[in-house]
Amino acid sequence: MTHLRNTWHLGIKEFRSLARDMALMFLIVFMFSASIYADARAKPESLNRASIAVVDEDRSLLSGRIIAALQPPQFIPPVHVGLADMDRGMDAGLHTFVLDIPPDFQRDVLAGRSPALQLNVDATRQGQAQTGAGYIQSIISDEVRAFVQRVRAPAPQPVELVARAMFNPNLEASWFAAINAIINNVTLLGILLTGAALIREREHGTIEHLLVMPVSALEIMLSKIWSMGVVVLVASSFSLQVMVKGVLGIDVAGSALLFGAGTLLYLFAAASIGIYMGTIARSMPQFGLMSILVLLPLQILSGGVTPRESMPEAIQTLMALAPTTHYVSLAQAILFRGAGVDVVWPAFVMVTLIGAVFLALAHHRLRRTIGAMQG
Amino acid sequence: MSDRHGDPARTGAPLLSRPASPPTTALAPVPAAITAPPVVRLAEVRHRYGETLAADGLSLDIPAGRMVGFIGPDGVGKSTWLGLIAGARKIQHGKVEVLGGDMMDVRHRARVCPRIAYMPQGLGKNLYPTLSVFENIDFFGRLFGQTQAERTRRIADLLAATGLTAFAERPANKLSGGMKQKLGLCCALIHDPDLLILDEPTTGVDPLSRRQFWALIARIRAGRPGMSVLIATAYMEEAEGYDWLVAVDAGCVLATGTPEALRAAGRSDSLEDAFIALLPEERRRDHHRLEIPPHAAGEIVIEARGLQMRFGDFVAVDDINLQVRRGEIFGFLGSNGCGKSTTMKMLTGLLEPSAGEALLLGSRLDANNIATRRRVGYMSQAFSLYGELSVRQNLDLHARLFELPAAAAEARIADLARRFDLGRVMDTQPDALPLGIRQRLQLAVAVLHRPDVLILDEPTSGVDPVARDHFWELIVDLSRKDGVTIFITTHFMNEAGRCDRISLMHAGRILASDTPAALTAARGCERLEDAFIAYLEEASGVAPDPEAERMPGAEVRACRRSYSPPDATDTPCRSGGSREPGSSAAPTPTSDTPRHAERLARFSLARLLSFSAREATELRRDPVRLTLALLGSLVLMLVMGYGITMDVEDLHYAVLDHDRSVASQQYTLRIAGSRYFLEQAPLASHADLDARMRAGGLAMAIEIPPGFGRDLARGKAPQVAVWLDGSMPLRAELARAYVGGVHAQTLADVIAESGAGPVRALAGVEPRYRYNPELLSLVSMVPKVIPLLLVFIPAMLTALGVVREKELGSILNVYTTPVTRLEFLIGKQLPYIALSMFNFVLMFVLAVTLFQVPFKGSLLALATGALLYVTATTGLGLLASTLTNSQVAALAGTSIGTLLPAIQFSGLMDPVSSLEGGGYWIGAIYPTTHFLTIASGTFSKALGFAELAGAFLPLLLAIPVLTLLSAALLGKQAK
Repeated sequence: MTHLRNTWHLGIKEFRSLARDMALMFLIVFMFSASIYADARAKPESLNRASIAVVDEDRSLLSGRIIAALQPPQFIPPVHVGLADMDRGMDAGLHTFVLDIPPDFQRDVLAGRSPALQLNVDATRQGQAQTGAGYIQSIISDEVRAFVQRVRAPAPQPVELVARAMFNPNLEASWFAAINAIINNVTLLGILLTGAALIREREHGTIEHLLVMPVSALEIMLSKIWSMGVVVLVASSFSLQVMVKGVLGIDVAGSALLFGAGTLLYLFAAASIGIYMGTIARSMPQFGLMSILVLLPLQILSGGVTPRESMPEAIQTLMALAPTTHYVSLAQAILFRGAGVDVVWPAFVMVTLIGAVFLALAHHRLRRTIGAMQG
Repeated sequence: MSDRHGDPARTGAPLLSRPASPPTTALAPVPAAITAPPVVRLAEVRHRYGETLAADGLSLDIPAGRMVGFIGPDGVGKSTWLGLIAGARKIQHGKVEVLGGDMMDVRHRARVCPRIAYMPQGLGKNLYPTLSVFENIDFFGRLFGQTQAERTRRIADLLAATGLTAFAERPANKLSGGMKQKLGLCCALIHDPDLLILDEPTTGVDPLSRRQFWALIARIRAGRPGMSVLIATAYMEEAEGYDWLVAVDAGCVLATGTPEALRAAGRSDSLEDAFIALLPEERRRDHHRLEIPPHAAGEIVIEARGLQMRFGDFVAVDDINLQVRRGEIFGFLGSNGCGKSTTMKMLTGLLEPSAGEALLLGSRLDANNIATRRRVGYMSQAFSLYGELSVRQNLDLHARLFELPAAAAEARIADLARRFDLGRVMDTQPDALPLGIRQRLQLAVAVLHRPDVLILDEPTSGVDPVARDHFWELIVDLSRKDGVTIFITTHFMNEAGRCDRISLMHAGRILASDTPAALTAARGCERLEDAFIAYLEEASGVAPDPEAERMPGAEVRACRRSYSPPDATDTPCRSGGSREPGSSAAPTPTSDTPRHAERLARFSLARLLSFSAREATELRRDPVRLTLALLGSLVLMLVMGYGITMDVEDLHYAVLDHDRSVASQQYTLRIAGSRYFLEQAPLASHADLDARMRAGGLAMAIEIPPGFGRDLARGKAPQVAVWLDGSMPLRAELARAYVGGVHAQTLADVIAESGAGPVRALAGVEPRYRYNPELLSLVSMVPKVIPLLLVFIPAMLTALGVVREKELGSILNVYTTPVTRLEFLIGKQLPYIALSMFNFVLMFVLAVTLFQVPFKGSLLALATGALLYVTATTGLGLLASTLTNSQVAALAGTSIGTLLPAIQFSGLMDPVSSLEGGGYWIGAIYPTTHFLTIASGTFSKALGFAELAGAFLPLLLAIPVLTLLSAALLGKQAK
């Protein structure tokens, strides 16, 4: 009971401190509003505004149709370049695709000679390269078929393939980007706020003062975790309800309450990691570097950016130890696929377990470092 | 005990137990030019912080060539005035003329800056803690453009003069308070200033070091008689020895004149009493002499038995034995850094002793004993309450932590507010309060829960005399009326004299313990201070401090009648007998403005490089940061190079086969054979499909309709449905493309098998994947990871560069030395650029060796791009640092300012040209975008300067824009 009360009062103190740091308050608000918006809006739909150039050596009706079909939003209207300029444009990164339509293309098509078009793809832009090449191929074959159909009927397809996407029928990337941005910001703030708050208390000597009072190290840690957790939880819920559903008009499938509960557990884990880092770093500059080294892999390798199953086995195993991985999976399940507790409970358990381990480690270290600090 | 009532040390004048030595008119040779123009002239100066007026229409002429003291309570504006005179603070209103020019004028400030030396308040505040004594002084010498030879000579002189020669290699943070102040003085004197400004230079310094400090000043003045010295001080006995005093109260001058003139004006024997007499009636705070009733011995409350504390090999505290009884005021004295604070921390249970034990109220202290903590009140040396909470909130928080019932807590807080005179400041933040009031608040917090024991670590350091007496009244009250046992450390000897018993400590051991009177008598001295110094000198070695030997009135050790620090009778340095005349420390007086001017180029590479050298040294001393920066980036590169992959492989899929015919199995086998897909257990129904996809187990499901085989045979074109998990659009897109490809191939084969002969497509498309023909993720990702890591790590390295100096106080050196903002910023940046380039080389080598990514283009172009890029990214960190005021905000700002644009908007995943809105514009100007182009251009496309010119230009532009923006935001003066 005493423990709970102390934890409560110390947490209230954290709120008061935060309220006075205007720059930090501004950053938190910014991260969950403007930053989410920019991220979601900038994010192209799967293939968006791909830059393409055309070398039209045929200048026929058919080549004109093909070029006209390469339109926004998938493509920036194609620019015409000469054969000689083709390489330069690609080298400078101006064009991701260059389509070369050979001379006499239309005539050869109609004559049934099956002529080939050359499509140059900048393969260093991998994401666009593969989807874009697919798009262009299907556009060309549609156009050619439609053009030829007026002359002679083509053979029917023996089997049709109909692809539909569940949960996100149009495969809108902004949807994905907005949720992902919230996840990233929750991670960043969860770790930074608590870890930095601990280092600040150490640098200003106030933690030592607390420790001569009837307050335990665990209470100090838990007070930071719950208070900063509440701040981030409120900010992220606001972001989900107002920014994502309201301003961005994205339809979220699952239960916001369940997602909130998951976020709370995840914040506990992230804050425990932050505190643990705060006990390892001896100064704010060290903590800063350390946080980059931790945040970067958490953000990029947790399955939020690229699919986890495609990563090497070793990294998949390693990242299974990070709470972010489980949080991303539960967030995607709840928000995109409308999953319920029956589906996401293993992720909840993992996040809590990982958090508890880090909390125990941090508690152990905190007691030791306070002693060593005095020297 | 009644005999003590007659003891002047116990009942006597708060500060001076007896009148000082006969009035001293001059302690150093007063220059002939008494009629010289004033060195400082203030006219109608007004300065305000929020509600507080630090200068209220101040007009004052300060005579040149004198030692001028500013005396007065805390928070009346002394420090602000000195800051304004030094040019460290921005003038709000009025005119400040220093050394014959207006300090509002930037050019004048730049001109006189090298002639002024400023040592701010706080122990070693403007020093660099990880730098050694020598390196600190050397740094200041470089700032003033001195040559290597000149610096070496001057530093040797200064170190010899201050007795720091033996400690030249010791880092500043390992020095005691007294040594820090001496080092600060060395740094101030390296450039022969004409005006030396010292803000409370001896606060928190033990008596022996204080005596040495003033002796040093006196000798330096003897060598440079033209030098003016301005000092703010809380020690009235020190002020007795100055030439001219300014009594300050509430932003106004109360009186000026020689010490004897002030004493005469206040009709009093001592300066302190005179000062109090000069205060307006309501400001005297009903000051009266302190009476201490005798102490009746009670039971033992604090007991230490053979306490020892080791930090590694270093024994900080050894074999401490002491007993303190209930209600006793026990004084703990010793030189700076002798282990007092460590001992106190062991007595509070904050530190576990390495050996021995501490007993509190009969029970053994240990760190986990919460119950004993309730009975102790502790006040640490540094302010350790929450500066961001108001006074009331601080009290309230502690009341709650000690579980005072709400009603009782409210009454107690009201009572304490009245007793400690905090009523008017209850809703103010302690950060905005003067030290004296903050210390009262700390004491109020320490006694809030009515502890049995109070442990106070230098509670009155930096507190003005009147406030100090009030403080002692409270302490006496607590001890005698409430029976609280008090354990206190102090550097004020008159305070030590008020204790019931004191212990003298040196180098971790207790030298002697007894009543103050007995200790004084034991050394045959008249004053406790002399006895104390005698003990210390005896303990510190056979040979007395060489400093003391040469200092004015060396025979003080033999307990002369009285000691007043800069003693007129003995100064200046008795050049006849001493080894080195003091003038060696302070070379021939120079009023050589031309020489200064000559040195002061508007932009000096030497000054810039001195900042670089300092920053590099600090970085070298922090191996953790260095390791994190270098090793961390390699580890990250490994993890991310392998981890980020665009190849979507092993996608989990399952089949819902309603047909279960040979044809349908043949069809699905095709998909199973693809390396992109990994088949899972077949689906039973639509419900099963929904559930498994919802759980995230499937990225794709294939549904074969009933009658598939039959329809196929009849040419009825059955429809195969593919369900994709759309929650990851990129994955879904690729899966759709892959399955489409497999499907088309299947059809072609089926038709071929049916004997119709190969069908010829109407037209074919031949994709040529250029630069990375096998579409290897590694080849495309590794050149992208390098730019990413070269923005995060360099920006984070510099992100705290400026804001940390703001928090720790060394930013003052930028304000008060000739260094320009650009020199400061670029100087700080250079070492990090070098480190980042080294980082780049490491990553490049890793890329071509371990990852075996072919490098095809111009290495020179890549290296040049990297250099420009890291210059821009370190500049980005500095910009975040100048924008913010707290380290936490700088960290958060830098993280967001680099992670978001670099990962999302710079073309890592999607080319910038495909972005929209704000993201597009950020991507278009963000340096990472352009270095990404350069990196992938040189790595994969075999490009050089000519082809990549378009990417170099924005990088080139970003550098001056970032640097100038930081410079504009930095400011060359405090507000």
